Amino acid sequence: MGQDGGRAAPRQGGIALQGIGKAYGAAWAVRGVDLTLGPGESLALFGPNGAGKTTLLKILATLITPTRGDGRVAGFDLRKEQEGIRESLALLAHGTHLYEDLTVRENVEFAAAMRRRAGPLEALLERVGLAEAAGERVRALSSGTKRRLTLAKVMLAEPTILLLDEPFTNLDQAAVALLQGFVAEVLARGGSVIMATHDLMRGYAACRRAAVLVNGRLIHEAPARPGGLEALRAAYVAATGTQGG
Amino acid sequence: MGRVWALARKDLLTEGRSKETLNGLLFFAALVLLIFGFALGPDPERLTQAAAGVLWVGFILTGLLGLTRAFQVEQENESLEGLLLYPGDRGAIYLGKLVGSVVFMLAVEVTVFPCFAFFYNVPLWRALPGLLLTAALGTVGFAAVGTLFAAMTMHLRAREVMFPLLLLPFVVPVLLAAVKGTEAFLRGAGRAEAFPWLTLLGLFDLIFVTLSLFAFEWVVEE
Repeated sequence: MGQDGGRAAPRQGGIALQGIGKAYGAAWAVRGVDLTLGPGESLALFGPNGAGKTTLLKILATLITPTRGDGRVAGFDLRKEQEGIRESLALLAHGTHLYEDLTVRENVEFAAAMRRRAGPLEALLERVGLAEAAGERVRALSSGTKRRLTLAKVMLAEPTILLLDEPFTNLDQAAVALLQGFVAEVLARGGSVIMATHDLMRGYAACRRAAVLVNGRLIHEAPARPGGLEALRAAYVAATGTQGG
Repeated sequence: MGRVWALARKDLLTEGRSKETLNGLLFFAALVLLIFGFALGPDPERLTQAAAGVLWVGFILTGLLGLTRAFQVEQENESLEGLLLYPGDRGAIYLGKLVGSVVFMLAVEVTVFPCFAFFYNVPLWRALPGLLLTAALGTVGFAAVGTLFAAMTMHLRAREVMFPLLLLPFVVPVLLAAVKGTEAFLRGAGRAEAFPWLTLLGLFDLIFVTLSLFAFEWVVEE
């Protein structure tokens, strides 16, 4: 699988944000977030509902323009070089981004055409366990199978920046293993991964660093090390008054 | 252009699969023609005078429904967000949706023409090339602005009201030129009389497509 045209995707991970904020009217969803993530690094981003996790991921994915602050994603300026960022990035979001009346194969073919990816897609479908369901319409699939298909589209992007928003939702154990394998692949080739989740245990185990976002502010950030989960949980409980997942 | 065709193909394939919009619009267009034809009565002269206007009322009403549907598909599973995540200029998304909508609307219009000829006693074959050209130019202008406003209103709760309210005033020049051009071909007045209207339509198409292309990125930003 490779690109057959257009701008070449830079093979460079890394995220650097300075004072990123996003306001909707008078309400700030994200406030003054400073964050640096180098190539080959992963960050688990925890926080309660409404903390600003999804907004921050959408800012990184160029879906939302920040009200304040600057940053670079995959070496591209967050405000001025958004097309370059989108070449390098994939987001596994809440929505599946699938077309229900198209088949599994047609959905992947469409994604490949939009990403200008050439080459056979059978291996990709095989990898996510959907080779036999390739001719089925998405409407007929279970929510878990749809999530696998979404994962296939994320894999197709061959990203150097991988953003995961509640990635474990609707995934069975085999699909979780598949996702974890893919995350490891992205990191091994020098990519950067941010995983926003409520699931403290899984998130902490999957990433090398962990941070807590509350009311749009980053209140705790530390490397994920054995025994460190309790300190993170304490920071989470102190900030939110809840236990987390 | 690959992305434009991929998106247009996806939209047409989706619509071809479900067929719910196509069938509904064809029935709706035929109903509009029948009701107006019934109201105008059997007088051939009266029917001919009103025919161009009635035809475009049918096209516009079905076009409004078709354009609304084009973006409803992108709401399901938050697919518009997925489109915006793809690399490349977001203008390709606008053009892809525009091409899909124009092809879809033209398919409806071409199917409606025989029905129109039957109800309004119009000598269709003689006027057909001119009518098709006018329909194509008018449809591009209408869909150019319609695609932009459909994207703009897709997240509104009252989009069914807001979409036509915002769109129709903008496309009045296109509609007037399209009706006059159609009327000229129906009367058999020839290309000389229709030419200024077709030129005007072409000009509007160029302006509307260009402006909408630039405005689209701003419109779809969250």
